[in-house]
Amino acid sequence: MRYVYLTIFLIVVLGVSIMGFRGSISTRSPLEVFPDMDHQAKYKPQAESAFFADGRADRPRIPGTVAYARTSGGEADGSFLRADQAVFEGKDASGAWVKGFPTAVTIDPAQLLERGQDRYVIYCAPCHGGLGDGNGITKQYGMGATPTFHDERLRTLAEGEIFNVITHGKGNMLSYADKLPAEDRWAVIAYMRALQRAAHATPADVPPGHKSKLGIK
Amino acid sequence: MSKLFPKSANKLPLQIIILVFVLGGIATAATTYYATNKYTNVGYAPVQPVPFSHALHSGQLGIDCRYCHVGVDKGPTSTVPTAQTCMNCHNQVKADSPLLQVVRDSYASGDPVPWVKVHQAPDYVYFNHSVHIARGVSCVECHGQVDQMDVVHQAKPLSMGFCLDCHREPEKFVRDPKLVTQLDWKHPRGVEGQLEDGKKFVHDWNIKPPQSCSGCHR
Repeated sequence: MRYVYLTIFLIVVLGVSIMGFRGSISTRSPLEVFPDMDHQAKYKPQAESAFFADGRADRPRIPGTVAYARTSGGEADGSFLRADQAVFEGKDASGAWVKGFPTAVTIDPAQLLERGQDRYVIYCAPCHGGLGDGNGITKQYGMGATPTFHDERLRTLAEGEIFNVITHGKGNMLSYADKLPAEDRWAVIAYMRALQRAAHATPADVPPGHKSKLGIK
Repeated sequence: MSKLFPKSANKLPLQIIILVFVLGGIATAATTYYATNKYTNVGYAPVQPVPFSHALHSGQLGIDCRYCHVGVDKGPTSTVPTAQTCMNCHNQVKADSPLLQVVRDSYASGDPVPWVKVHQAPDYVYFNHSVHIARGVSCVECHGQVDQMDVVHQAKPLSMGFCLDCHREPEKFVRDPKLVTQLDWKHPRGVEGQLEDGKKFVHDWNIKPPQSCSGCHR
């Protein structure tokens, strides 16, 4: 009997030494104990496909595709087919850059500016810096000269042109259209304007309630 | 007539019963320990086509998770970034690194970088990232401290029991949605503070995580 238990003990030791402990790092694929329906004949986003020639389950829009089953007539819907040129391209009817914000963009400081700050910190600050001075973290790692927002040229640049730069990129900066939808781009521009104003602020700009806090008379 | 069985055979039935219990115990213990996600999935760290380090990009540089994982607060999927996202910086930073050749090829050709998926929910689970992000469930709750991982591995079991732990007691986990991507954030007043604020969030935002089957399966 002793030998039976000794054998069992050895088998357990052997089992543990082969199977290892929980949570150890391994490059091997996860084991599937009950794989029932774990893998179904359907595609999830960004999945692989053996059917399409390029191996992708996500299909690009076929060139020449037009939207249908909806009309832009009657009540004008500026977002349908991105018809509102000012909102989606930053251009007015004559093709010039929009100055100020398109009327379709609601400027509610509590929402637009906060959203702008949120998005700016995520997508812009790594290069342009939290203050918009072009001293983002990437500068220390060899990023080329990132312009400051606070010189005369960028302070007077039309909002529409800034929108165009975010949408299509400029110089070494690539497009951020995939990261920032149109309304977020306008929010970021509003926050950029706030940064510019803050960088050129005078004591007169500080609201009376905050003056004592900042030590300004 | 000589004895057919030795005297020790009298003990045999008891010994067999004990042995059955011992073997059963070992089998139960082995299944509990080895047949759940805590063993089968946790620690999975596949070799990726590009040795991208989250510890460097997220931890050291402080780039927000959402800079690359754009879709996470907009829809169900936390999208894997396009090669263009990498090229936003790597068209200048380490632009000639041989390690980034795969990314440059992908950017030029349009074919995706063949990243290996680490966190794999079964196909019958319909998980939505954006609702969790919007209600202040941090990335860290399911993915661990990715900002400290050079090579990403699965840190949490992501089993149904794991999901239900939080769905039953969301107040232990929810935080201000502004802080969801700060993976090292802990409530400054510890567990008590977390519970206090968590209960407030759960009440104010009417958080009712589903515990019925159809909440996640359909």
